[in-house]
Amino acid sequence: MSEKIVYERPKSWVKDVHTHYCPGCTHGIVHRIICETIDELGIQEITTGIAPVGCAAMMYNYIDIDYIEAPHGRAPAVATGFKRVRPDRLIFTYQGDGDLASIGAAEIVHAANRSENITVIFINNAIYGMTGGQMAPTTLIGQKTTTTKDGRDPQKAGYPMRMCEMLKTLEGPAYIERVSAAKPAHLPSLKRAIKKAFQNQIDNKGFSLVEVLSTCPTNWGMSPLKSCDWVVESMIPYYPLGLFKDFE
Amino acid sequence: MGRVLMKGTEAIAEAAIQAGCKHFFGYPITPQNEIPEYMSKRLFEVGGVYLQAESEVAASNMILGGGSTGEPVMTSSSSPGVSLMAEAISYMAGQETPVVIVNVMRAGPGLGGILPAQGDYSQATGGMAHGDFKLIVLAPSTVQESVDMMQKAFNLAQKYRNPVVMICDGVIGQIMEAVEIPEGNPENLSNPVDWACGYMKERGKRTILHSLILDPEELESHNKHLEAKWKRIKEKETDCETYKTEDAEVVISAFGTVARIARSVVDKLRAEGFKVGLIRPLLVSPFPEKEFEGLISTCKHILDVEMNWGQMKKDVESAVKYRIPVSFFGHTGGICPTVSEIEREVRKIFTELG
Repeated sequence: MSEKIVYERPKSWVKDVHTHYCPGCTHGIVHRIICETIDELGIQEITTGIAPVGCAAMMYNYIDIDYIEAPHGRAPAVATGFKRVRPDRLIFTYQGDGDLASIGAAEIVHAANRSENITVIFINNAIYGMTGGQMAPTTLIGQKTTTTKDGRDPQKAGYPMRMCEMLKTLEGPAYIERVSAAKPAHLPSLKRAIKKAFQNQIDNKGFSLVEVLSTCPTNWGMSPLKSCDWVVESMIPYYPLGLFKDFE
Repeated sequence: MGRVLMKGTEAIAEAAIQAGCKHFFGYPITPQNEIPEYMSKRLFEVGGVYLQAESEVAASNMILGGGSTGEPVMTSSSSPGVSLMAEAISYMAGQETPVVIVNVMRAGPGLGGILPAQGDYSQATGGMAHGDFKLIVLAPSTVQESVDMMQKAFNLAQKYRNPVVMICDGVIGQIMEAVEIPEGNPENLSNPVDWACGYMKERGKRTILHSLILDPEELESHNKHLEAKWKRIKEKETDCETYKTEDAEVVISAFGTVARIARSVVDKLRAEGFKVGLIRPLLVSPFPEKEFEGLISTCKHILDVEMNWGQMKKDVESAVKYRIPVSFFGHTGGICPTVSEIEREVRKIFTELG
């Protein structure tokens, strides 16, 4: 009787390490899918990641590729510089909501507008995780954070920003899609989108961005299971999943 | 390319290309706009890339990304724009990214004015940003020197994997002079395969260029490595010109355009028999302490002249171990000190010395 391997660690996952992420956090799922993509496309040796500021700052401990660390929000500019010098190499950014939609709003808009041939993975969990649960630009109306203790009031703190919807108005981007990492049923779309965003870069199609609705059980003050439900019940109605732009 | 008449900014741009730089990222700001303008045409002719960034913040992060490949990359800006680059400069110092930054200084503070100044001396020599590190800072005095220094800037950046800054005042940026731009002589002093991103296959393992080090012992050990590198730079790379200082009782200390003006003062007063000389750091960081120390035996007074309120004076005083009195004369706001003004100051000092 022969045994067939149906599930294993991706080859580009650093051997024998476990992530530092909280129970129920979806960073690990997205990391794994990036690794699967790297393995399936055979691009480990030619791919460089931009390590962000935030909970995923040390993602280089898990994904075994070259890395450059970027200041908070500047990953699209760093990726631009790299890609313009080495168009024969692949580069991706991995940015949280504070990183991409707040401090780095200018950098993402202009990289998208120039249609830099880069891949952007945008993790939206509607809160600042690393710094301990402060309001993010994507925090929902009424959502409680350590800096919106009575819930986000748009009169005081503005409205949650829909980045895919904003960026799709630009002529530049090749591909923009919002997916979710919260439910097993969401994962095939997540995998397909991330793989497409890398394949687009290989095919020189230009700027590709995948927004991933993600959880933060610790700072949301919810159990992992409740967090996954909250993405479906509260986030998806405001941040609808789907394809916003596809150049093809 | 022979001797040609060129504006300083354009000569700097062509010299950078000759030095092997094929990638420029920048944002317009007066008085250095001719650098990006020149690059935007010339770089594509030589198979390079010019990119107009959305801000100086982005431009500096683009050279962080570009420099992480090991290829020579640069940006240029002027004072307010350079302040916006502080964040990336700190990261590049920590991650040891070899890049070149040209600052054609304008008068500050704030938006200030667009005329020549040297108000960014302390900023540049102090490292420009948060954290504990130093930058190599070149300060040319003529257009030809700024041309020659571009090759040196790229070589030093590569040799030490450290950001290198060239501070010119607006005079050097805007003046037209006859220059000879030498064919490039890039020294391949760092092998990108050893450290840069994009060579995982050749290296057989990956590289991580980062400055986040949460373990205090590990971070201190990294900082010790940076400090040891700086000590090597200090030992090997200082550059200073002394002019008629051998017997000089009064020495003018100056850098950049001011040094050029001061040289005329020395010649004029020497013709009258005054024992006056000039000392001029070509690299203001690391500061040429030994050359200044050499003045102690003969010099009775140093007149430091700058286009700021005396930012280099403290380095001069420290280098001469406070054994020679140092006085200061200067202008700010975009005003260049004149030969007659400096001459008057020197005469006053000789009168006081008796």
